[in-house]
Amino acid sequence: MASLAGYTRLCQVHVVDGKGEDYFLESLARRLETALLSLDEPAVREVLVLPEASSSPLKFVDQVIVPVLEDIGKGWEDGKVALSQVYMSGRILETLVSTMLFQTHHRRESQPKMAIATLIDYHFLGKRLVSSALKTSGYELFDYGRVDVDEAVGLVSRDGIDVLLLSTLMLPSALRTHDVKLKLKAAGLRTKVVVGGAPFRLDPTLWKEVGADAAGRTASDAVEIVNRLAQK
Amino acid sequence: MTMTGRSMTSLERVLTTLGHHEPDRVPFFLLATMHGAKEVGITIKEYFSRAENVVEGQVRMRAKYRHDCIYAFFYAPLEVEAWGGEVIYAENGPPNSGEPFIRRAADIAKLEPPDVRGSRCLHKVMAAIEMLKQRVNDAPIIGVVMSPFSVPVMQMGFEKYLDVMYDQPELFDRLMRINEEFCVQWANAQLQAGATAICYFDPVSSPTIVPRELYLRTGFQVAKRTLARIKGPTATHLASGRSLPILPDIAETGTAVVGVSAEEDLAELKRACRGKLTILGNLNGVEMRTWSPAQAESIVKAAISKAGRGGGFILSDNHGEIPWQVPEEILLAISEAVHKWGNYPLER
Repeated sequence: MASLAGYTRLCQVHVVDGKGEDYFLESLARRLETALLSLDEPAVREVLVLPEASSSPLKFVDQVIVPVLEDIGKGWEDGKVALSQVYMSGRILETLVSTMLFQTHHRRESQPKMAIATLIDYHFLGKRLVSSALKTSGYELFDYGRVDVDEAVGLVSRDGIDVLLLSTLMLPSALRTHDVKLKLKAAGLRTKVVVGGAPFRLDPTLWKEVGADAAGRTASDAVEIVNRLAQK
Repeated sequence: MTMTGRSMTSLERVLTTLGHHEPDRVPFFLLATMHGAKEVGITIKEYFSRAENVVEGQVRMRAKYRHDCIYAFFYAPLEVEAWGGEVIYAENGPPNSGEPFIRRAADIAKLEPPDVRGSRCLHKVMAAIEMLKQRVNDAPIIGVVMSPFSVPVMQMGFEKYLDVMYDQPELFDRLMRINEEFCVQWANAQLQAGATAICYFDPVSSPTIVPRELYLRTGFQVAKRTLARIKGPTATHLASGRSLPILPDIAETGTAVVGVSAEEDLAELKRACRGKLTILGNLNGVEMRTWSPAQAESIVKAAISKAGRGGGFILSDNHGEIPWQVPEEILLAISEAVHKWGNYPLER
C-alpha cells in the first residue's frame, strides 16, 4: 500500500493541476472511511494530522468527516456496515476529533441549543451514536441520560433547548414522544423534537404519528437534520 | 392433508415444513405474548405474575387465531430478572430491562450464573410449560432463551458490552462461558418441562449489529458450543436483525430454523435457505399496528407466494413478539389469510 504522504502528494498534484480540491478531499474521505471501518486508529490519526484538517477544522469536518459519517450511516441502512462498526468509528472519531482538531474556539458559532436523551428505555447505544456524530461535526449538546416525559419537558424548559433529540428502542416509549411534544406545547415551548430508534426505522410514518418534527434513521441523519434546523 | 385425507395437526404441519416438504398448509406461528392478558382481561403485569394466566392466555389465543404453536415466552428481561436485574413493567408494552446489573466490566470477573431450578421467575415459566404440555398435545410448545452472546446487552448495556467485546477479550470470553452454562441449563430445563423446541434469540449475531468477520470469531462460536449442548431442536431468531450474509454460517451452528428480518426480501432469503434452514418470518410487527384487514391479507399472500413453495417456511412476525398495539382484528385477518392462501399446493 502506498504511504499516506505519497498518496497525499498524488492528490495535491490534482489540486495543483486544477483538477479540484473537492477531488482531494473526497479521496481523503474514502481513506478515512476505510481506516474507520477497519478500526485502524493510527490511519485515522494520519488523516487528521494533515494540514487540510488542522488549518480549517470546520471546513474539514463539513467536507470530509460529515460525508464519511453519512456514508457509514448509509452503509448501515443498506446492511453493508454493522452497528458495532458505526459505534467503534464514532468512538475513535469522537476522541480524536476533539483532541486533534477542535479547540473551543473552533466550535460552530451558530448552532441551536440542543439536548439528547433516551426516553424511558435503558438502552443508550443509539443516543451515544447520535451524540458522537454531532460532537464530531462540531456541535455541542446536553446529554440528559434517561428521562421520562415530565423530566424531559422540565429539563428542556430549564435549559431553553431549541432542539431535543429523543432516542427510543421500545414501541411504547416511541409512542410517548407524543406526550413530550404535547407537554412542550402546553408549556409554551417551541422546541423541535427529533426522534430516532428502532420503532421509527421499522415504521417510517411513526414520527409523524407522534408529532415529532423530524426523524433520523441513522446517526449521520441527525447531523443533516440539525444542519437544516440550524439554518432556519 | 395427510395420506388418509385428514388435515394435519399443527405439530405434523410444522415437522413436515421443517423437513423441507410441503404440508397441508403453510404453518403459522403467532408469536403473541401480551395479547394473552387481553384474553384473560387483566393487566400485563398481573398476567405475567402467574403461570396459570399465561397458560390460559396461550390456549385461548390459539383457539381464536388458529395458529400452529404455543409460545411459552414471557418477556425478554426474564433471564435478567433471574440474574438479579430489574424488570420494568409498562401498561401498553412488554416488560423492559432496567438498569444493567453489571455496572463495570470488571464485575464480570466475579459473576456467577443463577441456579435455574432455584429461580422463582424461571420456575414460573417451567410451571407454565408443564401445564401447557398437559393441555396441548397437537402443537409444538416453543421455549425461549436469550443467546449467551446477546444477553449481555441487558446485563451490562450495549456500549459497555461492545467495549468489552472489542477491547477486553479475556473478560468477553469469561462472560460467554458463564452465560453459556446458564443458557444450556435454562434451555434444557424448559425441554424437560415439556417444551418441544427452543427459540434461541440472538440479535447481536445479526450483520445489522456485528460484521460477519467478528461474528465468526464470537457469536458463531458461542452458538455452536451452546446449541450442541441443548437437548432438543432449536430455532435461531435474530429479532428483526438481518441474516442474509450469515445464513450458511447459521445453518452450520446446528439450528433448524432462522427468524428473519422484515428488511430483507423473503424470496432472496428463501433461495439462500432452501433445503438447509426453515424460514420463520417476516411480517413487520411495528407496521402491523396500522394495517387494514385487506392490507394484512395482501401482505400475507405475498409472503406465502415468495417463501412458501417446497415447505421450509413458517409464517410469523419479524421480531418474535407482537406489539401490544396490534389490534385483534388484524391478527384475525392474518390468520384468515394464511388459512385462505396458504393451502398446498400453492396457487401459481
